[in-house]
Amino acid sequence: MAQINVNGSSHRVDVEPETPLLWVLRDVLGLTGTKYGCGIAACGACTVHVNGEPVRSCSTPVSKVEGKRVTTIEGLSRDSSHPLQKAWVAGQVPQCGYCQSGQIMQAAALLAKNPNPSRGEIVRHMNGNICRCGTYNRIIAAIQRAAREG
Amino acid sequence: MTTSTKSGINISRRRFLSGAGGLTFCVAIGTDGIRLLSEAQASTAARAMNAWVRIAPDGVVTILSAGAEMGQGSMTSLPVIVAEEMDADWSKVVIEWAPADASVYGYGMNNRRLMAIVGSRAVMLYFNQLRIAGAQVRKVLIANAAEKWGVAPASLATEPGFVVDPASGRRMSYGEIAGFGTVPAALPAVDPGELKDRSQFRLIGTSVPRRDIPAKVNGTAQYAIDVRLPGLVYATVRHSPVHGGAPESWNDDNVKAMRGVSGTVRLPDGVAVIADSLPHAMAARGALEVVWKQGRAEGFDSEKALEDTYVKVHADPKAKRQTLDSKGDVKAAFGSAARTYKAEYRSDYGYHAQMEPLNAVARFNAAGDHVEIWEGTQAPDVARGRIAKALGFKPAQVTLHQCYMGGGFGRRTLGDYGTEAALVAREARRPVKLVWTREEDMGHGMFRPQSFQCLEAALDQDGKVAGWQHCVVGDGGVLLATGIKIPYYQVPNQHIELRGVSHGVRLKHWRAVGHVFNVFAIESFVDEMAAAQRMDPVDFRFERMSISPRARAVFEKAVQMSGWKAQRPAGRAVGISISERSGSLGAGVAEISLDRATGKIRVHKAWVAIDGGLVVQPEAARANIESGIVYGLSSVLHERVTLKGGVVEQSNFHDYHVERMADVPEEMHVEFVDRDAAPSGLGEIGNPWVAAAVANAFHRLTGKRLRHMPFTPARVLAALKA
Repeated sequence: MAQINVNGSSHRVDVEPETPLLWVLRDVLGLTGTKYGCGIAACGACTVHVNGEPVRSCSTPVSKVEGKRVTTIEGLSRDSSHPLQKAWVAGQVPQCGYCQSGQIMQAAALLAKNPNPSRGEIVRHMNGNICRCGTYNRIIAAIQRAAREG
Repeated sequence: MTTSTKSGINISRRRFLSGAGGLTFCVAIGTDGIRLLSEAQASTAARAMNAWVRIAPDGVVTILSAGAEMGQGSMTSLPVIVAEEMDADWSKVVIEWAPADASVYGYGMNNRRLMAIVGSRAVMLYFNQLRIAGAQVRKVLIANAAEKWGVAPASLATEPGFVVDPASGRRMSYGEIAGFGTVPAALPAVDPGELKDRSQFRLIGTSVPRRDIPAKVNGTAQYAIDVRLPGLVYATVRHSPVHGGAPESWNDDNVKAMRGVSGTVRLPDGVAVIADSLPHAMAARGALEVVWKQGRAEGFDSEKALEDTYVKVHADPKAKRQTLDSKGDVKAAFGSAARTYKAEYRSDYGYHAQMEPLNAVARFNAAGDHVEIWEGTQAPDVARGRIAKALGFKPAQVTLHQCYMGGGFGRRTLGDYGTEAALVAREARRPVKLVWTREEDMGHGMFRPQSFQCLEAALDQDGKVAGWQHCVVGDGGVLLATGIKIPYYQVPNQHIELRGVSHGVRLKHWRAVGHVFNVFAIESFVDEMAAAQRMDPVDFRFERMSISPRARAVFEKAVQMSGWKAQRPAGRAVGISISERSGSLGAGVAEISLDRATGKIRVHKAWVAIDGGLVVQPEAARANIESGIVYGLSSVLHERVTLKGGVVEQSNFHDYHVERMADVPEEMHVEFVDRDAAPSGLGEIGNPWVAAAVANAFHRLTGKRLRHMPFTPARVLAALKA
């Protein structure tokens, strides 16, 4: 049993403490926007925020986030209105789209701390997130657009 | 637990099924492709019929899309073609997946009807039949308006969403017509000459936003892995680590005693575990101790095969060979040559690494004689048929729900994971979501084959390429043969052959497959000859080879785009190459630098000129080419599958490296050559040129050749020392 706060709501979930947060989000809470990609924190598809910091939910036991604020792609905005989401649409970033929740969450954590990142800063921050469709340059452009247009 | 099978695309199934008025056009198949039938006619036909276009009285136009969506955008591009010819108001178009019935929704190919979205076929092969379908709808709408107004149909025209009467200025919306209109029993014929001229296009050639994108920025896009059903249980599989092996026995009692585990299922090549959650199923998979029956790949050592076996096969005059292309008198061309060249190249196995590990959801009805499958598949028709066969069902007993694919790249055409889900769900007597771990997806992958290649060329007295021989050695048959022919060079005497070996390793199409290594070899070899002749590689192709006008045009464009002969910054160099795929031609230039201490190649800029005929959706097409460049670079610089003892040595993204953000070129420029021709494939023209362009740039920079892809730092360092 674990008590967690996700996107502003509290949930008691009946799982073992070592259960990866990813599966609690997806299969217990039904928040399927967070994706399974590798299970070893090597691809970033499962990225969510814990107290505003980007973490790989596939490798984070649910017990580690008790008493902390978890934010998923579903909680980033109510209506796709986060500047990154708008920039992602404007720049037609996603292709298959599977990695994009993780990309956006990773990028949102960057902009929260650094509202005007350089290309180099973006690359350093985003390098752990794989996009197999190779949308990287569009991701960079969209982050810069979001920074510009807020 | 909440239940949802939410719709990821901008459609309303309920609206469609409720069918409250409006016009429905059904499709059936004639010998000339899809033709529209009226509902009356459809309902009397014996074959199952499905609506293709529906117009509701509120003006909403529902268009079904057969464009399985894995990121390439054809879910949107195909309805654009229909909407163009029927002059639909795109803002009122909603898209729905076409059912998995190739007899109705397939494109024609070799006298068969197929739905497989492979080989860059979607726009290329659906283009004509969807235009005709759209034009028929437009004719029916005009006929209804003409009757209402009491004028001749020929006097009317259409604007997006409206039939207009130029004489009186009257307008009637498609929705209004849907409110009263009828569809004739026999739909009007459309002569190809009646289709729009290019100059009349309103949608084709513009870039409408892709319809799948909004759902892909907020987590609502539904992939199969996201499907949730009441009573769902979870399964994962351990397949034979040696390709081709089968389970003999396993520690069933121990595994079943684990927390949450409800059962195990024997599959032909693996063992599935069923549990109440995926982490429980994955833990049980980890605890499985399986005794395997020997697999075909037992003992296979991929590096040894590539370094030793393939070379021997190539040297063996008695080796079995298959001629892929042959013309002229090769022996004479080489016999009378003023100069000959010979070079060898190698390439390793490649893994698709689509971001969504393979998975499917299966649910049987209570009687157990019908199954629903949720799967992201490039070939819904094939998946449906394979699943039915595995269950001993007829295809009608399988309903396949298409989902978005988290990448495809050629892996998702077999329905194999859907079949596993169905087999497990039948045993479980519950709906099952079956998900492969990444380790399983890789270890039990189906790979782009490795290859050994030998090329030889003969230059005549004028220095022209008069003779050409290319031999590729490897496993995989047709997979090795794609991209090996060079019609655009028109060498008069040539012999191209394949020497097959067999290892029992699982192999598969992979974004242009054979092109990846064949074009690497061909275009490196041409560059080697140019360098030996002390010629610019573009000039060499233009002056010493009978290059086709189309190929010349893309080279000229790439030269112009990249400023080919311009001075590069210190430590940088450019390389160029060309490839053909699915009717398209693409010439590309890569600008690289090299860290001589680490052996790491960096590609800074890429320019690609593409001749893909008419480009239906330029922005989506450009994104596709960009994707190809990155996918290509990834395969060229990083990706490497090796097998020892028949077992794949890599297991996840920590040891199977793919291109990351820090690796991508800062600049990628894509331009399309304007040519008035039907669309050709654009999904796989972006990657095959990359390997040789990088290798050729490397030669300019260092004077050394890279002959084995991927160009890992270790191989680069070895090449520098050579």
